[in-house]
Amino acid sequence: MSRDTLTGSRIRERRVALGMKQAHLAGAAGISASYLNLIEHNRRRIGGKLLVQIADILKTEPAMLSEGAGATLIAALREAASAMPAVPSELDRVDEFTGRFPGWAQLLVECRARIAVLERSVETLSDRMTHDPQLAASLHEMLSTVTSIRSTASILAESGDIEREWQDRFHRNIHEDSARLADTSRALVTYLEATGEEASGTGVPQEEADAAIAAAGHHFPALEQGAPVLDVIGEVAGDLSAAATSLVTGWLDRYASDAAAISANRLVEAVDQHGLDVAMLAQVLGTDPARIMRRLAALPPDALPEPVGLAICDSSGVLTYRKPLESFAIPRFGAGCPLWPLYRALARPMVLLSTPVVQPGRESDGLWVDAFAVPVGPIVANRDPVVESHMLIRRVATIPDDPPLEVGITCRVCPRANCAVRREPSIVLGPGQDANNAI
Amino acid sequence: MSGHVLLIEDEPNIIEAIRFILSREGWRVDTHSNGEDAVSIVREKTPDVVILDVMLPGRSGYDILREMREDPAMTDLPVLMLTARGQSRDREMAERAGVSRFMTKPFSNSEVLDAVRALRAT
Repeated sequence: MSRDTLTGSRIRERRVALGMKQAHLAGAAGISASYLNLIEHNRRRIGGKLLVQIADILKTEPAMLSEGAGATLIAALREAASAMPAVPSELDRVDEFTGRFPGWAQLLVECRARIAVLERSVETLSDRMTHDPQLAASLHEMLSTVTSIRSTASILAESGDIEREWQDRFHRNIHEDSARLADTSRALVTYLEATGEEASGTGVPQEEADAAIAAAGHHFPALEQGAPVLDVIGEVAGDLSAAATSLVTGWLDRYASDAAAISANRLVEAVDQHGLDVAMLAQVLGTDPARIMRRLAALPPDALPEPVGLAICDSSGVLTYRKPLESFAIPRFGAGCPLWPLYRALARPMVLLSTPVVQPGRESDGLWVDAFAVPVGPIVANRDPVVESHMLIRRVATIPDDPPLEVGITCRVCPRANCAVRREPSIVLGPGQDANNAI
Repeated sequence: MSGHVLLIEDEPNIIEAIRFILSREGWRVDTHSNGEDAVSIVREKTPDVVILDVMLPGRSGYDILREMREDPAMTDLPVLMLTARGQSRDREMAERAGVSRFMTKPFSNSEVLDAVRALRAT
């Protein structure tokens, strides 16, 4: 089907979009309604003066009606269709599709491009030995060195009657190889850490936003000085996706109003006097504990006696803000441990839960958390509020008498055996060790 | 049983260890550390068994093996290939190139000895 045969469909599309009756357009163009009907159903060719006239009445360019969407769009759609031959795409009607739904067609093409990018990164990640020459080279060197050590060591261990000269030689070889192994393994860890940060990004808006806020150190000096969010957002959100930018903007708006309510100086003064006692700080500063927690997390580490961590989740339990503490890990994506007081607070809004905690398998003596859930949005009569929970994590100098609450990080990496609330097997527990947990 | 082994490997300490364990069992061991001229060295030394590393400077073990198999004199020469990568793809590549036996690093001395003995017997 040649492209200009769809001029009629585009005329109809445009007319309907303008809310114009067929008879009205026909009258204005000086043709009968039935003739226009034939044109609109692509059963009469249209060109020349009549096309110009109809385009004029429909307030558009004749070319828009006769040519429709761009050739690049059509080419991209054809490519998308050929990539999935099993799907019976109506290739012969691609013109009609782009002509009638240019927006949807564009969306499809963009999605296709995005999939291609993601496929590439999945490939790279899933077969890094092959795709990452540096990784392959380091592992090869490590394995060669290990091979050499193993061979040499077993000669020394298994054969008792080696001449002194050979013994010395093999000892020296093992010594050299072990030094080399130490170097390559250290270099490998450094390399994996450096690339891991980029490679593990999943492109989820929340993760992008978390990374941007973390990169700024969770502290925005300009907002502390009362600058408008618009002045800061460009620098913070630089090249983030639109979705992540909107999340960051939301956070910065809240940051700005928190900073306007409680200045950094006032907060630091109050902390000097009362320490990191959230309830007391809220009382003396005349605000709610949730805001105190956000303000504490927003201060630069040197302004506080001890650095603090903060997790915020919405009422579905999804983490919307993460500031981990060195001794209290917060998973980069997904939910945390169901035992966190953060989630318990959701069920007890406006009650400040304050307790010592310990993460299994971590050096975390003297960790303390405060959790507090507050309603978000306006209060509506006879309707339950939707709450949002905050949890501030800090270290305390004195180890409390009460046994701390044992809480994990997230099930996948949690060594806690026999946990009633485990939702997925742990990769650090052997298989079967948590088999009897299903409740 | 013993004979003549040519070890083509570029790690000096691996060469030393393998040479030691094979020599002690009565094998005569020649070594070579460069990929580029490996085929001509095999032709010149006429060993009973070749131990060939995959990652060599100058040329890969697969290429060397393919060229050896094209020469009628070396079509049936037993070749034990050593690799630091145990992926099935590498094993397939080695098999297509005509390997007699395939071993991944790190291996134990007795594995190497057993493999060389078995290859000599064929």
